[in-house]
Amino acid sequence: MHDMSEHAVHHGAPTSFIRKHVFSIDHKVIGKQYYALALLAALVGMFLSWLMRIHLGFANFAIPGLSLLSKNGAPGNVMTPEYYLQLMTMHGTIMVFFVLTTAPFAAFGNFFLPIQTGAEDMPFPHFNMMSFWVTFVGFLVLVASFLVGTGPTLGGWTQYAPLSAIGDVGGPGQGLGVVLWATSIGIFCIGQLLGSLNFITTTLDMRCKGMSLMRLPLTAWGWFITSVMGLTAFAVLMPACILLILDHVAGTSFFVASNLVINDQVLPHSGGSTLLWQHLFWFFGHPEVYIAIVPGMGIISHILITNMRKPMLSHRVLIYSMGALAALSYMVYGHHMFVSGMNPVSSLAFSFPTLVITIPSTIIVLIWLGSLYGSKLRINSASLFSLGFVSMFISGGVSGFFLAQPSIDIMLHATYFVVGHFHLVMGVAAMFGIFAGTYFWFPKMTGRMMNETLGKVHFVMSFIGAYCIFMPFHYLGIAGNVRRYQAFTDDYLIPLIPVHKFITIAALFTGFAQLIFLYNLIHSRFKGELAPNDNPWEGTSLEWSTATPPPHNNFGDKMPVVYHDPYQYSIEGASTDYVMQTSPEKINSPDEEK
Amino acid sequence: MATTVPEPPKIDQDRLPTQGSGNGGWRNKIPAGGDLRRVKDHSSPPPASTGIWVGLAAITMSFAAFTSALIVRQGGASDWHHFTLPPVLYFNTLLIIASSITLEVARKRIAAYMGVAKDRVTGATAPAQWLYITLFLGLLFVAGQTFAWVQLKSQGFGLASNVSYSFFYVLTVAHALHVFGGLGGLVRVIGKMNKSILRRSTLDATSRYWHFMGVLWVYLLLLLWMKL
Amino acid sequence: MAKALAFSESAAPKKLGKGRDDMAKIFAVLIVLIAIASAVPIVMHWWPMPQDISTHGHLIDEQYADTMLEAGISFLASQFVLAFFIFKFSTRTAGEKVKNFPGGATGMVVAAFLLVGTEALALGVFGTKAWASVYFTPPAANAIPIQVQAGQFAFYFRYPGPDGSFGPIHADKISEANANFFGLDTTNDQDSKDDIVAAELAIPVNHEIHLLMHSKDVGHSFYVPELRVQQDFVPGLDVSIHFTATKIGRYEIVCTQLCGLGHYNMKAYLEVKSPEDYDAWIKQQAALQ
Repeated sequence: MHDMSEHAVHHGAPTSFIRKHVFSIDHKVIGKQYYALALLAALVGMFLSWLMRIHLGFANFAIPGLSLLSKNGAPGNVMTPEYYLQLMTMHGTIMVFFVLTTAPFAAFGNFFLPIQTGAEDMPFPHFNMMSFWVTFVGFLVLVASFLVGTGPTLGGWTQYAPLSAIGDVGGPGQGLGVVLWATSIGIFCIGQLLGSLNFITTTLDMRCKGMSLMRLPLTAWGWFITSVMGLTAFAVLMPACILLILDHVAGTSFFVASNLVINDQVLPHSGGSTLLWQHLFWFFGHPEVYIAIVPGMGIISHILITNMRKPMLSHRVLIYSMGALAALSYMVYGHHMFVSGMNPVSSLAFSFPTLVITIPSTIIVLIWLGSLYGSKLRINSASLFSLGFVSMFISGGVSGFFLAQPSIDIMLHATYFVVGHFHLVMGVAAMFGIFAGTYFWFPKMTGRMMNETLGKVHFVMSFIGAYCIFMPFHYLGIAGNVRRYQAFTDDYLIPLIPVHKFITIAALFTGFAQLIFLYNLIHSRFKGELAPNDNPWEGTSLEWSTATPPPHNNFGDKMPVVYHDPYQYSIEGASTDYVMQTSPEKINSPDEEK
Repeated sequence: MATTVPEPPKIDQDRLPTQGSGNGGWRNKIPAGGDLRRVKDHSSPPPASTGIWVGLAAITMSFAAFTSALIVRQGGASDWHHFTLPPVLYFNTLLIIASSITLEVARKRIAAYMGVAKDRVTGATAPAQWLYITLFLGLLFVAGQTFAWVQLKSQGFGLASNVSYSFFYVLTVAHALHVFGGLGGLVRVIGKMNKSILRRSTLDATSRYWHFMGVLWVYLLLLLWMKL
Repeated sequence: MAKALAFSESAAPKKLGKGRDDMAKIFAVLIVLIAIASAVPIVMHWWPMPQDISTHGHLIDEQYADTMLEAGISFLASQFVLAFFIFKFSTRTAGEKVKNFPGGATGMVVAAFLLVGTEALALGVFGTKAWASVYFTPPAANAIPIQVQAGQFAFYFRYPGPDGSFGPIHADKISEANANFFGLDTTNDQDSKDDIVAAELAIPVNHEIHLLMHSKDVGHSFYVPELRVQQDFVPGLDVSIHFTATKIGRYEIVCTQLCGLGHYNMKAYLEVKSPEDYDAWIKQQAALQ
């Protein structure tokens, strides 16, 4: 039977190794490539965090082998102050861009969005392939900064001007290191735009028969909303990076003011605006954190529903709330700049939408909690990490309450309180979403199950470990512990060092737990128990209606037809406790989405 | 697990989707008649059409970012040197507007060649000459912009001479790079037409992009004229 | 009915026994313990906010206390509910029916708007008072103007001297080597002749200070937790804040905006002195210039 849609993407299955696994236009391969990239980036980022934490907890500790990594950065295996900052900058940049923006969105989204909408592939598969390779090149450019003379930039992932724009006089890595950073991120932006293009057009134009927008699963909505944010936010970051590079290589003064003096030399720039960089960066930066979390919200909602055997209290309210988060995210960015020197009236203006954004966030959490009530909750690694996501999101969200108020921010800005907040709500929660998605979809992607015992051990260790690391960050912040310090030499900080030691031990413990996950992932890929069938979790959405792993064009020779919304579980009078989207069975479900 | 459709499904009459309401939204594909197997779906726009709007949205955001950078930078310091725009820019504006007109002519004529049921150009010579004229005008535009840059540079006004020149170069070069993309799109359309595989949606999307380049240029010209 | 699943470590129920999943019980207990453990350091004030020595700080502290109470209750309540629901609804009994939370989604939306929305906005509205006390009140007419310059990696302070005005800063004359930190031209600029430059910020107690903030090179920030003050320096834009210290003592000023490799070490001391000691200090510093 020929394809239903005039616009279906026809491409025959590839035959050569290169076409199948390297330069593939198949969204599933691209999704796996993104996953592998995110995994590599996460391991690098985590390793960097270990180095940072060892140094912070145990100042002047000689880490064996460190001088091999950097000739100038660790003489005698003891990290220099600048090397700490360089590692910190790379940790942040790699984690935010190449893990949190890549895995929940590009990896899982590329693999599953076309399947969940009922398409053969995304409409621009060559752009899709380019998006991965462009992102990969971006990663290489970033990592290359470890190999150049004075090393990577030390200005933090936020790269505030003028430190980021004045070149080597600002410090080691501030010349070539910054140019490489900005180039890498600019390249990353292009990859993101190509990806967003495909996600949006797939969602809007490539749905199979019967798949109305409201019948898309929450994962698809999460990816769709994220791709719209990505499109607009990354399109602003790229110009900012271009202007920053020009300040370096072309002698312009977009961000560097007049009459600045370093090493008793007056800098040649004039007239630039320090705050301009912050405005441009955070206009991107705040939607970026929602780009990191919204796919996770979609993923864990989807997983929870499958494991609760009942839908969320309201499909639409969740979708509208995620949309509201996305829309509001553009209006709140100034909360990163309350004490930046911008007009204090603006600070108040930004704080109100920041407080208002707690409303959709709360609605989402309350819907998750309320939906658990009366459910038939199944406990497995995927559902554990999904529930863990809820706990982490609550914890991280609550600390945001403090930071949203400018007057309190006077005390907490640039302290460990902020670092604790964003690690919990973005770092840990989003990572839990990635883990949940991995345990859940592993059978569909590989045909094997991941080991459940190891999964539960991974979960318990990560859950306890993450709280042991990041809860104390809040206490440190309240006590005034400033962030981005490589050592604590101030009188009032010295008594806090024992807390840092505790955190370091917790971090190493939690890091070890991730190695268990890594082992589980690799071992299960080759030796894991075979999945019993195409639908081991008894799910309803389209990915569970196709073969395992899905064939080249996702559904074989029969494109799916959809009769139900994706969350018809435990329906009275239905023949099973789940009704697949593709099942033509008539069921008594008056609230079902049409 | 995976299900097939051996029979037309029994559909509740009272659940029959009607036009305009309860039909799952304006892009829903459930036909009102209820028979889900036979209908060919014409209701969703071709991906090229959605795709080009997505691309134009991203480009708009980028130039909005550049614009706000210009405004903030100009307002924040007093070192702005106003200068007269090179006159060739106005001539270039006429060129790009003309190219939009010729492109529209080309598009309408080619569309007329495409049948009602089919959307691909087949066989007979399509009226390509207006496309070639558009391409030529586009190339002239880029040449004209290059002339403006060379002229300024030879007068001693480079990228770093003053922030006003910085923005002039950044905005016009960024626009010209996107115009190159549009030229590439036109070349692709011509290529596909010559091989009789051009889709209507590709033609329309490429045209939309090209017109946007014209609109964007007029906007930039106004911005530069007001601010520089 | 769904056919029996074959794999052994069942993650989807194959053997539906009675009772609750053990892992669920462990997890629920874990959540409760962690939530309580998280609250203990706050409630017990193990690492409290430094003492408040400012006139405006009590407004900030009140906001903070209100927020902590509401945040704390929300945090504990939601984590406990999560734990309880996990515990209660992780049933493995076949044939149980699902139920919906009374009120459904509408109830949640209403709760979010009413509880959280009004609370958040109330905090926002009342918080404007604390913010206004710092930023929307002009400095008092008799506030002492002191200029602070931040540069990699030290703070320097300048007092205007008896003429009450600061001489101009000449960027090309700034020289750490010659200890001319502010680039003053004391030969040609009359106002600069009596300016006093010091490496610490000495101020009289209970007297308002108008702090003029200038950055020599990159972004820095001025943070004194006890003073309830934190403000970024903006290269190219001189900003100012004002405050009054209420307790004599020695406090640390630390830089909170990443400024380079010496950021962690960039600090100065704030010395709040009695009026007599302050006058003596000024005389002493003037002599050292």
